[in-house]
Amino acid sequence: MKTVLMQISLKIGLVKMYLNSIFTNPERLERLTNIAESSLLPLLKGAIFYTIPLTLISFALGLTLAILTALARLSGIKPLEIIARIYVSAIRGTPLLVQLFIIFYGLPTVGITIDPFPSAVIGFSLNVGAYASEIIRAAIQSIPKGQWEAGYSIGMNYQQALKRIILPQASRVSIPPLSNTFISLVKDTSLASMILVTEMFRKAQEIAATNYEFLLLYTQAALIYWVICFILSIVQGRIERRLDRYVSK
Amino acid sequence: MITIKGLTKKFDDLEVLKGIDLEVEKGKVVVVIGPSGSGKTTLLRCINILETPTSGSITISNSQLDFSKTVPKKRISAFRSLTGMVFQSYNLFPHKTALENVMEGPVIVKKESSANASRKAEQLLSKVGLGDKLHYYPFQLSGGQQQRVGIARALAMEPKVMLFDEPTSALDPELVGDVLKAMKDLASEGMTMVVVSHEMRFAREAADEVIFMDRGIIIERGAPEQIFSTPKEERTQQFLQMIQ
Repeated sequence: MKTVLMQISLKIGLVKMYLNSIFTNPERLERLTNIAESSLLPLLKGAIFYTIPLTLISFALGLTLAILTALARLSGIKPLEIIARIYVSAIRGTPLLVQLFIIFYGLPTVGITIDPFPSAVIGFSLNVGAYASEIIRAAIQSIPKGQWEAGYSIGMNYQQALKRIILPQASRVSIPPLSNTFISLVKDTSLASMILVTEMFRKAQEIAATNYEFLLLYTQAALIYWVICFILSIVQGRIERRLDRYVSK
Repeated sequence: MITIKGLTKKFDDLEVLKGIDLEVEKGKVVVVIGPSGSGKTTLLRCINILETPTSGSITISNSQLDFSKTVPKKRISAFRSLTGMVFQSYNLFPHKTALENVMEGPVIVKKESSANASRKAEQLLSKVGLGDKLHYYPFQLSGGQQQRVGIARALAMEPKVMLFDEPTSALDPELVGDVLKAMKDLASEGMTMVVVSHEMRFAREAADEVIFMDRGIIIERGAPEQIFSTPKEERTQQFLQMIQ
C-alpha cells in the first residue's frame, strides 16, 4: 500500500515537472509550439487524404452490404438467411485488427496481395456491413405490417414497397444507431496504421518517432479525431430534425 | 363484377373461410356484417390477395384466379390492381403528404407523369372534402381526414371494385359522418363496393345487399331492410340483437 502511494506521488511529481518545464522554460515551450505547428499540416493531410476518404468509402460500401444482409436475413429464403447469419457472426465475433491482419498480411500467403488502402477498405466495409445490418434489420421490422399492405394494395411489388415506403421510414429509425457506427468507424480507421496505411494516426507515430514528443503528437491526433466526430454529431442532429418533420411532436 | 366460388382459407389448422360463394353485380354495394372472428375481414383480404386463399376461385371483371393451383406473383399484382383497399387503421404513408400519398400509386406503379398524377390527386382529395389539406402530413390530420385520404389513395388507381375493411371502427363518433358521406357519394356514382362494417345507417341508406357471416360461412343474405327487420336465421337474429 505504502509503495503504491509512493509511486503515485512520484508520478504526479513527474507530471508537474513536465508541465513546469513547459511553462517555466521558454525554450521548451517554443520547441513544443514549433513541433505542434509543423506537425499540424501533415496530420491534417493524413486526415483529409486517408482517414476521411477511408471512412466515407468504407461506410458507403458497408451500408450497401448491410442493407443486402438485412434483406437476406428477412427474405425467408433459408440458404440466404444462413449465409447472412454466418457473415454477421464471424465479423462480430473476431477483432477488427485481426481481420485487417488476415486481409493484409495473411492473404498474400495464398497469392492474394492487396495494397494497404484497399485492404483497409475491405476490412472496414465488412465490419460496418455486419454491425449495421442488425440495425437496419431491426429498423425494417419496426415498420408496421400495414405499411407493406398499403403499398401492395395500390399495386406495388416487393421492391417498390421496400424502396418507396419501408426504407424511408426505417432510415429515420436507424439514424441514431447508424451514427454511432459511423463515429466508431472514424476512430477505428486508426487501426489501419497497423497495415501501413499512412492515415492520421500513423503520421503522428512517424513524426513522434523523430522528435520523441509522443504526448504532444498523440494528443494532437486525438483532438483532430474529436473535432471530426463533433462535426459529425452536429450533422447527425440536422439529419434527425429533417427526417422528424413528418412525426408529431 | 365479382364472382367468388368455393373460397376457403386456412391459417395452419384453423379454417377461417369454409367455402364462400358470392356474386356482386357491377355498381352494387354489399355490406358484410358478422361477429368478430366470423371471417369477414379475411374474405375482404382474400379478394385483394393480401391473404392467399387456400382453394376456390375469384373472378373480377374478366380475370380469374384459381387458387387450387399456384398463382404466379405477376398475376397477383395485376389482379390486385382491379381492387382498391381502405384499411381500418388507414395505413397512410406517414412520410408523405396527403397529396403524395394519393400520387404514389399512379406515379410509381402506373408510371404516370407527376404533373398529371398531382392534378388527379388534387381532384380526388377535393372530392372527399380535403382540397385544403393537400400538403398536410398524416399526423396533422384527424382520423376521419386520414381515412378520406385513404379512400382517395385507393381511387387514384382507378379500381373496378372498392373494398372497405371496417373503415369507421377506429374513428371517434363525430368523425364517422364525413367518411360515410364520401363512401355514399362513391356508391351513388356507381362504384362496385364490398364493405365490412357495422354502420347500420350506412347499410340501410347505401347497401343493395347485406350479408351476414359467421364462423367462416355466409349464413344469410338479402336486402338491408329484410336482414335488419325480419332476419330468417336464428344466428342473425341473435347477432343483430347484440349490436342494436
